[in-house]
Amino acid sequence: MRDRAQIRLLADGRRLHLHDGPIDGIVEAFGPAGEINLGYQAAAERFVTVLDELCGELSLLRQPARIGGPPPVGVIARRMMAAVLPYSERSFITPMAAVAGAVAEEVLDRMTRAAKLTRAYVNNGGDIALHLAPGEHFVVGMVERPDRPSLFGKVELHSTEPVRGIATSGWRGRSFSLGIADAVTVLADRAAMADAAATMIANAVDLPDHPSVTRVPARELAPDCDLGDRLVTQEVGELSTREVAIALDRGLGVAKSLLSEGLIRAAALHLRGQTRVVDAETSLAGLADRGEKSGRSRIHA
Amino acid sequence: MADHDAIRCDACPVLCYIKPGRTGACDRYANDNGQLIRIDPHVVLDRALSRGDSVVPFLDRHREWDGNIVSGPDTFVTAIGAGTTYPDYKPAPFIISSAVQGVDMVTVVTEGIFSYCGVKLKIDTDRYLGPEATLVRAQGEPVGHVTTSEYGSQMLSLGGVRHLTGGSRREGTVTCETLLNLCDRKPVELTIDEGATLIAEAGKPPVVDGVQEERMRVGCGSATIGMFAKQWHGKVDEVVVVDDHITGVLSEHQAGKLLGIPETGIAMKGRRSTPGRYFRVAEPGTAWGGTNIEDPLSILKEFDPTIAWPRLRLLMLSTTGEHCAYFELDEALRPVEKQLPAELNESVARIKENCEAALCTVLFMGGAGGSLRAGVTENPVRLTHSVRDALTRVTCGGAPVYVWPGGGITFMVEVTRMPEHAFGYVPTPALVAPIEFTLRRKDYAALGGYLDHVRSLGSILQGGRRHVSANPENPWPLSKTKTPRPDR
Repeated sequence: MRDRAQIRLLADGRRLHLHDGPIDGIVEAFGPAGEINLGYQAAAERFVTVLDELCGELSLLRQPARIGGPPPVGVIARRMMAAVLPYSERSFITPMAAVAGAVAEEVLDRMTRAAKLTRAYVNNGGDIALHLAPGEHFVVGMVERPDRPSLFGKVELHSTEPVRGIATSGWRGRSFSLGIADAVTVLADRAAMADAAATMIANAVDLPDHPSVTRVPARELAPDCDLGDRLVTQEVGELSTREVAIALDRGLGVAKSLLSEGLIRAAALHLRGQTRVVDAETSLAGLADRGEKSGRSRIHA
Repeated sequence: MADHDAIRCDACPVLCYIKPGRTGACDRYANDNGQLIRIDPHVVLDRALSRGDSVVPFLDRHREWDGNIVSGPDTFVTAIGAGTTYPDYKPAPFIISSAVQGVDMVTVVTEGIFSYCGVKLKIDTDRYLGPEATLVRAQGEPVGHVTTSEYGSQMLSLGGVRHLTGGSRREGTVTCETLLNLCDRKPVELTIDEGATLIAEAGKPPVVDGVQEERMRVGCGSATIGMFAKQWHGKVDEVVVVDDHITGVLSEHQAGKLLGIPETGIAMKGRRSTPGRYFRVAEPGTAWGGTNIEDPLSILKEFDPTIAWPRLRLLMLSTTGEHCAYFELDEALRPVEKQLPAELNESVARIKENCEAALCTVLFMGGAGGSLRAGVTENPVRLTHSVRDALTRVTCGGAPVYVWPGGGITFMVEVTRMPEHAFGYVPTPALVAPIEFTLRRKDYAALGGYLDHVRSLGSILQGGRRHVSANPENPWPLSKTKTPRPDR
């Protein structure tokens, strides 16, 4: 099984590309060359078993999470479960909502344990785990949409701040969404936490029963999807400015309460050119002012 | 759970159920009307482009595929980027039919994970690289060894399963990286225990201890004497061609005797083999003719005063003509260096001209294991027999291979004949290389092939494939007659 994963340096000779089944990640480490090599070796060694490990208990991970339910076995699966459990009593959520972030977190964790790196990130399809040695910082560029990249804002993340995870969710992305957000980008202490929170906030940006929104039972698109018969967004038609504001404010309410619970550190919600930002500190301050654009985050380090 | 029209993808353990027209969780495999297809970029060799013909129809999206089996025998799907189904013994990722001059052909396309693989490196140089059987290192790790000297070249054998997985983790990783770089035509620095440091790059001149090699010798010192004796006759009294293998002396050599060239009283160091041919005139090295000498006179003893004469003209040169010096004896019969007379220039230039450009040649060598063969047929040994019987043609990224006689399918391919970026690796560590098996459809059926997995060429060509021009020096993989390798 170990031979299935593709692991190679990208053409720039600096970044490592990890690919196995649906997992597609980019890794970059900074520090002395020898340490970077050690880090990449650790990432590669860890990565080759990730998919088999997850698939070994996939049916459990596709079930709604509940407190007191059976705990998963794998370390990544436990990270996923831990990230979604805080939502399990208020809403439907499965550990799969945090899978990408949890994988990023685990790979990064192995790297930083194996090597002395000044900075590192694992970007697993937009869900990003960060490492910052004391005194270091990352500049994270926000791009409008991955298919039409144009930098519209920057966030500086310093080692003194608690943020080590970034995730983006929305109906245009690879995973299904119950909401209509173009993109919700979340900063949290860990990548799996950010992943779960982005999913929840993006689901909340919604206009239930609005005629312009096309929804399809998830199972009709993907028979084994963890969302079952829940309606997922397939197309969003005309919306008035006021409707956009209403939808965003619904998401904003959820984001604010997650912020007060310490589940997230900041969030930026985008829909049809309008932006809402919640922020504990100053990380995302200023982005709301430029709010005619929607945003998605990608790391530009 | 499964819908009646969804298919289950078994490309990875997620085992997605995929509905028609949709992709799995990976966005790489899709259900195309009930067929599982891969929609990755994947290399297609394009013969027409390399010939400068107009672009063949399949590149034109607006033109409908006419329903025939093939858009022309001018397109060959390579295994580069095809992926692999290893370690499952299920059909290879692509099994493609095409019609060639009225004959239905099938090409089975897969990427192989070669745990047993390496490169044979031919370094065109007479310079001494190191003792036979000593270790060759990259980044300090042992990655191979020095093997035999061949004509005008030194051979290294790198990689192999014992360096890849039999040593330390780092040894395996560095070996894999070295092989991958050489196969990808990148320069690699190698150091040889008790020997030289070398920069090797496929298709480029080798650099030995910082000196770029330019020419291969035309022959050993003795052979050079034989070839050029006539051109020297009358213009010079004695010629010594310095060579680490066999140093030649004109007046004593059979060729000189035939021309009636008189004895000169020259006395050589080293061990005389037959008249005019000397072994071991010096130690191996990177100076004159692959020896360690900087001063050619150091291999001469004193001239015999009963035979030699003042003003005797002596030419000394190396087998490539790269080193050359002209002497005349003084009254005390000591050689004194003089300007090379113009009439000798031509023969030295002729030797240089006959020495071909020195290159590094990289042959990838790997063995197709049982599970790879099982991706072609349910009965893997029949594939081996079919290759043996020349019913099945093996290519590597569309390039011709040499298949070793004997058991198994162990082959060699010259990497510069393959498209670029044809190789990859897995963290085992092992190299990933493309491999294609082309045979008549009826022969494929006879050996137990997966006929129900055969797809038309047209169906493969939809989606984002990478088209590359075929190397015009390669025989076309689908041609019925075997094309001899053109001279280069």
